[in-house]
Amino acid sequence: MAEAALKTVPLDRARALQWLQRYGVYAGVALLLVVNIVITPHFLSAENFRTQAVQVAPVIIVALGMALVIGTEGVDLSVGAVMALAASVTALYLGYGLVPALLVVALFAAGAGLANGALVALVGVQPIVATLALMVGGRGLALVLLPQLKDLRNPQLASLGSGDVLGIPYLILIAAVLALLVAFTVRRTTFGRQLLAIGDSRPAAQLAGLPVRRVLIVVYVVSALLAAVAGVLATARLQASDPTSLGNLMELSAITAVVVGGTPLTGGRVNIAGTVAGAVLIQLLTATLIKHDLPPSWTQIAQAVVIVAAVYAARGRGKR
Amino acid sequence: MAPPAEVLAVRGLSKTFPGVRALDDVDLTLHAGEVHALIGENGAGKSTLIKLLTGVYRPDAGDIVFQGRPVSFATPLEAQKAGISTIYQEVNLIPLLSVARNLFLGREPRNRFGLLDFARMHREAEETLRGYGVRVDVRRPLRSLGVGAQQMVALVRAVASEARIVIMDEPTSSLEPREVETLFSVIRRLRDEGIAVVYVSHRLDELYAVCDTVTVLRDGRRVHHGKLADLDRLSLVSTMLGRELGEVRSEGLTKFTGEHHATDTRPVLEATDLTVPHQLHGVSVSIRPGEVVGLGGLLGSGRTETAKAISGALPTSSGRVVVAGVPLRGGSTPAAIRAGVSLLPEDRKSEGIVPGLSVRENISLAVLPRLSRFGLVSEARVDSIVNTFIERLRIKASSPQQKVGELSGGNQQKVLLARWLAMNPKVLLLDEPTRGIDVGAKAEVQKLVDELAADGLGVLLISSDLEELIEGSDRVVVLKDGAVVGELTGDEVTEDKLMRTIAGEAPARDAGGEAATDG
Amino acid sequence: MTVTKTQAPVSVDEGKRAAGAEPVGSARSERLSALVQQHGALAVLVIVSLVATFSFDSFATGDNVSNMATSSAFLAIVALGMTFVIITGGIDLSVGSLFALGGVLAAWGSRHGTLVALLLPLVVCGAVGVVNGLLVARSRLAPFIVTLAAMLGARGLMLAITDEGANTYLIGKGSFLAELGQGTTLGLGNPVWIMLALFVAGAVVLRRTRFGQHVYAVGGNEDAAALMGAPVARTKILVYTLSGVLAGLAGALNAAWLASGVTILGNGMELEAISAVVIGGTLLTGGLGYVSGSLVGVLLLKVIQNVINQIGSLDSSYQQVVSGAFLAVVVVAQTWLGRRRQLM
Repeated sequence: MAEAALKTVPLDRARALQWLQRYGVYAGVALLLVVNIVITPHFLSAENFRTQAVQVAPVIIVALGMALVIGTEGVDLSVGAVMALAASVTALYLGYGLVPALLVVALFAAGAGLANGALVALVGVQPIVATLALMVGGRGLALVLLPQLKDLRNPQLASLGSGDVLGIPYLILIAAVLALLVAFTVRRTTFGRQLLAIGDSRPAAQLAGLPVRRVLIVVYVVSALLAAVAGVLATARLQASDPTSLGNLMELSAITAVVVGGTPLTGGRVNIAGTVAGAVLIQLLTATLIKHDLPPSWTQIAQAVVIVAAVYAARGRGKR
Repeated sequence: MAPPAEVLAVRGLSKTFPGVRALDDVDLTLHAGEVHALIGENGAGKSTLIKLLTGVYRPDAGDIVFQGRPVSFATPLEAQKAGISTIYQEVNLIPLLSVARNLFLGREPRNRFGLLDFARMHREAEETLRGYGVRVDVRRPLRSLGVGAQQMVALVRAVASEARIVIMDEPTSSLEPREVETLFSVIRRLRDEGIAVVYVSHRLDELYAVCDTVTVLRDGRRVHHGKLADLDRLSLVSTMLGRELGEVRSEGLTKFTGEHHATDTRPVLEATDLTVPHQLHGVSVSIRPGEVVGLGGLLGSGRTETAKAISGALPTSSGRVVVAGVPLRGGSTPAAIRAGVSLLPEDRKSEGIVPGLSVRENISLAVLPRLSRFGLVSEARVDSIVNTFIERLRIKASSPQQKVGELSGGNQQKVLLARWLAMNPKVLLLDEPTRGIDVGAKAEVQKLVDELAADGLGVLLISSDLEELIEGSDRVVVLKDGAVVGELTGDEVTEDKLMRTIAGEAPARDAGGEAATDG
Repeated sequence: MTVTKTQAPVSVDEGKRAAGAEPVGSARSERLSALVQQHGALAVLVIVSLVATFSFDSFATGDNVSNMATSSAFLAIVALGMTFVIITGGIDLSVGSLFALGGVLAAWGSRHGTLVALLLPLVVCGAVGVVNGLLVARSRLAPFIVTLAAMLGARGLMLAITDEGANTYLIGKGSFLAELGQGTTLGLGNPVWIMLALFVAGAVVLRRTRFGQHVYAVGGNEDAAALMGAPVARTKILVYTLSGVLAGLAGALNAAWLASGVTILGNGMELEAISAVVIGGTLLTGGLGYVSGSLVGVLLLKVIQNVINQIGSLDSSYQQVVSGAFLAVVVVAQTWLGRRRQLM
């Protein structure tokens, strides 16, 4: 109804804004690439690309889960803590071999996700509040299990962290496969569509007979599992388990990637390609600033500005 | 005694929304100490009028003269400060704060240090409330009170902030009879104090019990005004619904064929004794295959609640629903849907469509699990179903990928119908299926309902459009205040009979014997 | 359409008449749940303290108590501001960073005199709070994301001042600032007295001023509050500003106590503060809360931490696990209590 009232000028502005929301993140990535090619020496080297990609891979993996959660109009603040938990558990059970250790990690992560999901879907606690408890307690638990940094000497784990196929590191491959898998899930499965419907209009989804609670619980479990994967991969790359600092501020990075990538915080839409691009954008921004000897303080301030700008730009959207 | 002063004079008020003339040249006069009933069916313009008076909307044309001065309020707060307060059915106070604090928020008594003086506040709150016959512990949080008491606090707050006009929008919809009595005594006190009250309700008994004058709105116009006592119930109902008594029914205005198909097989749906606290009191409805059962009654009579209770969307405290001989687990929408009961909700925009998803996704939303294998959607099967229904229901969208939020109301409704038809339901509960959609789409939907019934579906039809209800239904169950007050069958299914039943004048035989006691 | 209980009759005297049987019971359960909400943490605090006194000889000593009090003071001041924010239904995740920033600014400013050392953190952290408040109240952005970004930005600012954390500014011995942080009065550290004074002031503001009423009203029902004439946006901006100022002050006092602006402090402090506030009985959904409860929450966390340290064999990270578990239990209890009260 309101559309009829819009005159041409606001319409053009609305269109520009819409374009920016949809493609801004890709334009940003392209711009940063061009700028870097011009001003940064050795930027175009394969080595540089590999380093950047390896660094961004865990963020992408966590952001994938976050995108699903945000698609249901929720948020998961516990992802950093779950990464730390995964690192601790990996260190504890690596003695039994990599595969058993990974299974235990998955068990812990599923438990964490189940706790979040149950609080949100069954008890009816707001997502921020529900995941806050695990954000506080999860890292504590990780530190209780493994009080300090521990070097890990396991050849399988080491190869997971630094090995490659045809020059492409496992980390990147895993992140790419997971991104495709999540994108496929969103687009092609019943679960994906039910998730979007729940995020867009929960009352309508409920009246349409969708299994709202089940979908919400599964979403939080998936988010925790993906965070755990990221935690294990980061641990493998470091060849050390570092529950103190691993995943610190990861919730912020992941939310930034998702929001910058054009997924609205109001739910109902999930943009996986945008999320990946969003993570890449932040990584490139950080790398550019660092490469030009700007201190980390600047990158943090820049990231803060980018996230506020992205949320601000996304504000009008979703409310039709 | 001099005639009471004119508090409010509204002249020629009009308001147009894109595509709708919500209010058209409406006048309204209120005198001090007058209790004025404002009535009309859905879309008559009541809420638009109230919103214009309280500064939510601005009028396109017309003047509002309040206490002798023309006014134009920018916000509800401004209107309130000037002296026009509104009491909504959902109490608009702060549930966690104490009664006294709610009463005094913004004008708390302060001591000489500028700090709030609670002792005085509690004392004054208690005194004020007692003056209105409300005895509660004013230190308790508001939410620990019953709705009635909460509403009373809202009322007292309005009066205490020197309101000259109090607008009450269906204040009794969730009150106990005892609480209604207290409310009325408060309203009478307001009247004695020279405050004008605008009372919006659909409960005729209440209107006659407390109101002096009446304005009836229909389709955005004022169709009647005057003393309420001069208008008997039946005339009131017929004025409101816009039907002349004894008017020859004009056939063929709707697309219903009128010839119906009720077979004498066993009912496909039997709902017995549905009870929802404050909303439904033992409502029973049964539908046979191929039968269209209408639910008649005024707004707020429990029609929507009945449909929701049947479909599991509204938890019942007692009663049961049997579908094709199998009892339904109560309070579960998925269970009802699996059993073949589908609800087209009244509030299409917020409870029906998923606006951000496409036509295709909206149509396939409920049926998706059946079109999937191991959770993977078979796009080909979705396409085939979606295309079938887009064609069959003639849904006009630029493509199946268009967002449903962008479609017209009629097409949104067709998308919802398609969503349910794809499930092959046994029973369709249609709550105002043609409200707010254009004439063409309306005719199509009506024709479709006919066809579906002919195919053996049981249909429950709720409509405020009398014509639609009468011509579309084989039987009409009439509700009033959450209970069945009559049932019209065969030749009785006429507007005349329906209005008399609603007005409580000629209770039909079958159901709800005690309905005869009122009036 | 909300389903609301209607057990309390309108014109019936508090259950003294026939229809009152039900209301008496629910009024009692209402009061009971309010009691648990308000004083549950205090009861747990007393029990834990008693058990600790009998279990560890070194727990109830003057030194230990005084140390606990001082180390509680800083978190308590942060939690005080957080209480206001949470009662309005918001959340402030930037306080940990502002705490660190405040400390560094105080230490840096102490070279330019006491006044600068004290005012600078308050002004800068307050300014961050104002920005938070504006973005939340005027631009209507989600509080958690705004303050999360502010957390990052404030930490960046702090690092920029300290040459990426390499530079630790010291506070000269004997200065007024050092005395403020390290001195004692009547056996208790000065920060404790400052904290207590702030809590008294905070309690008065919250309970006895119109601003306090607006804080509750905004958190209880924002739309209704606006309709009742409460200045919603101004109230929100004020609480975020207050939270920023108090976090900066706590950081400054902490720096004075430590005699240096330590850059690695404040990590996770926002979570501790939120835990303390919620454990103290403030509803995370807003509209209900107590300043005194937040103080009890802080003390409870610190006593548990002390007990964990006394046990010795336990890692201090148990503290976080306990906080998280407490938080989960309290939040679930609040949700259930709230729902039960609504559905009854």
